[in-house]
Amino acid sequence: MLKKRIIPIQLLNGGRLVKSIEFGGFRDVGDPVKSSSVYNSQFADELILLNVAREPRSIASLLDVVVEVSKVSFMPLAIGGGIASSHDAAALIRNGADKVVMNTVAYRNLNVITETANRFGSQAVIVSIDVRWDPSMNDYVLYSNCGMTTEHVTLEQHIGRVIGAGAGEIMVQSIDRDGSMSGFDTKLINRAMAVSPAPVIGAGGSGNYDQLREAFLETGVSALACGSLFNFSDSNPLRAKAFLANYGLPFKKV
Amino acid sequence: MERIGILRMPLGNLQSVWNALYTSGFDPEFVDEHSNFDDFSHLIIPGVGHFKAVMDHLHDKDLPKRILDFAASGRPTLGICVGMQLLGLSSTEGDVETQGLGLVNGMVTRLPTEGQVLPHVGWSTVEFKRSHPVTEQLKQGRDYYFVHSYAMTAEIEDPVIGVSSYGRDFVSIVGQDNVVGFQFHPEKSQANGLQLLTNFAYWDGKC
Repeated sequence: MLKKRIIPIQLLNGGRLVKSIEFGGFRDVGDPVKSSSVYNSQFADELILLNVAREPRSIASLLDVVVEVSKVSFMPLAIGGGIASSHDAAALIRNGADKVVMNTVAYRNLNVITETANRFGSQAVIVSIDVRWDPSMNDYVLYSNCGMTTEHVTLEQHIGRVIGAGAGEIMVQSIDRDGSMSGFDTKLINRAMAVSPAPVIGAGGSGNYDQLREAFLETGVSALACGSLFNFSDSNPLRAKAFLANYGLPFKKV
Repeated sequence: MERIGILRMPLGNLQSVWNALYTSGFDPEFVDEHSNFDDFSHLIIPGVGHFKAVMDHLHDKDLPKRILDFAASGRPTLGICVGMQLLGLSSTEGDVETQGLGLVNGMVTRLPTEGQVLPHVGWSTVEFKRSHPVTEQLKQGRDYYFVHSYAMTAEIEDPVIGVSSYGRDFVSIVGQDNVVGFQFHPEKSQANGLQLLTNFAYWDGKC
């Protein structure tokens, strides 16, 4: 049986880690290498590192960080933000990433997913989907380009396409909940899980352990990515899993 | 003194294995077909990718004989992931059955696909079936990080050190004489994985 995962999600902006609220209002939350080292000692299950710098959208700044982070972090490392080609993905993997996270490129060029999956395996490709709830449409709307560009495709259509292209994991992130610490959008996670044969990671809204319990138990999701929870509260992955284990949720034993 | 060689492979993240040993206090070196294998006390065969493609790569570089000679000398030899599978007799990955190095008595076949997604990716439990110098100090029933679609089964129990399950039971740690293999990635399995690599690096190859 596969274990549930708690994944600290770290946002990189110009060499520093930041935390956003609804994808804006960055606050400095430390150094990426030191922070990754701490998460390693707290037995996080995996790390996600995303470049959120708006300019330039390239992987250049990620390449150096990946090398340094992989020296201190002995767990699966997922890296993304600005991947434009399968060469970008390959460069990140060569530098120490185990998985790459693709977002905007997944709307523009599915071949990048396919080429990367063919070369490194589908498990190496996470497609991240940023979503807002639109009350006027009474539905979720997908956004690319750091939440700035509206995409005219439904959640279900997009997941179908990227899975068909070779994605091995789907991350759904609620922009509305980002940085709010008000809990995960379980309805969104359930929508994604209903159509995704691949594992789903829920993101956006982590604020306390009860919300993690609720999201795991109400959705059966395989992983939750947490930013604010670990950045701004006296919490860590070890304590989170100890709490959740009391509700029968399976986590790795160390 | 330990002098650890990590065999260069065509694909994947070799640096992680190096990093894991380095942080544990060793100073491993990458080796390839140009290296003198006699310089090394320990050999690690990492591996990501397709069994047949990796085996073809080894044959292209005349490496199978070098690896077999190294192992025959009694020095500790470790295979990781596909590197472990290569130690076995054969694999069904690819159109035809491909011969492995034959250092351990095990066959590699595809994991079941009914009701589950392949590859098997994530943290799964390893149950030790017997004691071995490489698993010293490690507790029973801990989790390690796996990424694979094929896995080894053993016809006889002797080489089985650890088993795991994903649709069926498979051999997750194998050991025969001075040769061991991990199906999971110790370099991505945090403290317990690093402990396994440390134990291997201090092992003299005797059981």
